[in-house]
Amino acid sequence: MDLFNNLILGFSVALTLQNLWFCFIGCFLGTLIGVLPGIGPLATIAMLLPITFNVPPTSALIMLAGIYYGAQYGGSTTAILVNLPGETSAVVTCLDGYQMARQGRAGPALGIAAIGSFFAGTVCTLIIALFGPPIAEMALKFGAPEYFSLMMMGLVTAAVLAHGDMIKSLAMVCLGLLLGVVGTDVNSGMARYSFGVPELTDGIGFIVIAVGVFAVSEIIQNLGDKEERVVFTKKVTNLWPTWADIKTSMGAIFRGTAIGAFFGVLPGTGPAIASFSSYMVEKKLAKDPSRFGKGAIEGVAGPESANNADAQCKFIPTLTLGIPASAVMALMLGALTIQGIAPGPQVMTQKPDLFWGLIASMWIGNFMLVILNLPMIGLWVSLLKVPYRILFPCIMAFSCIGIYSVNNSSYEIYLTAFFGVIGFLWMRFEMQPAPMLLGFVLGPLMEENLRRALLISRGDPSVFVTRPISASFVAMTVIILIVMGLPAIRKRREQITD
Amino acid sequence: MAEAALKVGLHDNKNFLSGLFFIGTGGLGIFMAQDYPMGSALRMGPGYFPIVLSGMLILFGIYCLIQGLLNPEKLPHNWSPRALLILPIATVVFGILMEHAGFIPALIVLIFISSYAGREFKFWEVLVMAIGLTIGSWALFIWGLGLPYPLIVGY
Repeated sequence: MDLFNNLILGFSVALTLQNLWFCFIGCFLGTLIGVLPGIGPLATIAMLLPITFNVPPTSALIMLAGIYYGAQYGGSTTAILVNLPGETSAVVTCLDGYQMARQGRAGPALGIAAIGSFFAGTVCTLIIALFGPPIAEMALKFGAPEYFSLMMMGLVTAAVLAHGDMIKSLAMVCLGLLLGVVGTDVNSGMARYSFGVPELTDGIGFIVIAVGVFAVSEIIQNLGDKEERVVFTKKVTNLWPTWADIKTSMGAIFRGTAIGAFFGVLPGTGPAIASFSSYMVEKKLAKDPSRFGKGAIEGVAGPESANNADAQCKFIPTLTLGIPASAVMALMLGALTIQGIAPGPQVMTQKPDLFWGLIASMWIGNFMLVILNLPMIGLWVSLLKVPYRILFPCIMAFSCIGIYSVNNSSYEIYLTAFFGVIGFLWMRFEMQPAPMLLGFVLGPLMEENLRRALLISRGDPSVFVTRPISASFVAMTVIILIVMGLPAIRKRREQITD
Repeated sequence: MAEAALKVGLHDNKNFLSGLFFIGTGGLGIFMAQDYPMGSALRMGPGYFPIVLSGMLILFGIYCLIQGLLNPEKLPHNWSPRALLILPIATVVFGILMEHAGFIPALIVLIFISSYAGREFKFWEVLVMAIGLTIGSWALFIWGLGLPYPLIVGY
């Protein structure tokens, strides 16, 4: 059995002392930033990316992945205990989780969130192990038209399923693609949009935009809001859900995992969409929907399983196709590139220890999170007492050092300040930066594949719809656009995302 | 509807301003790409992709602009001009000091200036934080990871 051999290889890599240690650091940092509002996995991974240079590739990815799924986990802890979603994906968890906490059932809510996440993590580890290799094999047959159509589908889904206005998000995707053009054109050697600045001929660093918008702009934005005082609920006792709780949540956990895995494989969507969909499904299926919003345990179990499943399955398109399925995944691929490994379907065959080690580490990491979190909940919550006036200068300091260390030059620092200001404008005008960032990452890849595809077809654009795989991606893109553009669904979507 | 339109000025109209931003960026994109060879669909020149994108950006921008005029929505009112001014300055000053003064002064000045962007500024608290963070970052980045930055230039 290939599957078992692969998993055994993975565990033998992930269980070395060094990798366990990096997995632990990742999960710990992830939980930390997940608990703290105002800083997310994207900015954290961007800041830490330069320092992973000195770490072996497998360990680096294991740590970064730990930060990513650890943050989903930490975000739900604060959502339940203090009604403060640490991450966007935990917004839904607030609805019923906080109500449960107010009824003195914080323990079972945290417990079921942990069980659901762990279950989803386990299932998704198996899903990746089962479907990763065949997808990678299929991807090896992809040509330029397939890649282009797939990326277009990812960008359209990212825009359509983002918060807020759909047209604005599509415009943000275009803006991101355009920002990706900045730099020297690989085919002609011509410097585009460089404004005569020599450094700009190398293009804009992804980390610069990520930190500028998701750390600096975010802080500027937060400083405009009133600082909220955290209200603590009663002390957490008895973490174990009762049998009745587990029975009611079981279905929700299964469905949540399936929904999360589905959205996870789809490039362009974030975990918030998975958790939201799961919540809607549970509410629809419930015998008594009025319990939702008043402390229904399914409303915690489903979304928590879904966001974890989504986070984990995002690695499928990322690792098998070499196409980042979300902005955070783009950073993961960035980490690979820093290490001199070209992302793509060949990673699985050429670097099996890296691929399977990472997969196995995610399962171990999920287990660690359960152990790390449940007994230490008091510690995490007390972190929330740290006032923002202490927190934000620390974030500034780490952002600046991180950015400076990319090239050991101040030029990137100035560019970060620029994107901090622009990003603030975007946030104020409610233009979503997340689809922009994905567009920025995919921009150069898309242009390259578009050129190649049209070169093969001798300039005939029908190549995108005459090749079956490419055609199906195009068809899905069109369907998504039409469905989400329907007035009825658009209205409903606006209600949900508001 | 008409009443709402009267209340929201153009300078305060969320979608109108987004539209302007998109049109402006798209316009700049086309203006700058004028000199880049377009090529043909078969052999695309470096100008092809950016010009198509800029054009799409302008179209989306026009849509937002019209949306803004038809259904005016106000910008969120709470924002901090102070933070918008101070934080980018703090970042730039950090960059300058890193090159000319060294790691320690750059970090301490960064923390002092950024803290000033907040609502409260307590001198002793900021001082303790600056010292603590400098020692911590030194331990992590310079001692631990071996990044080659001079602590103070000239020493």
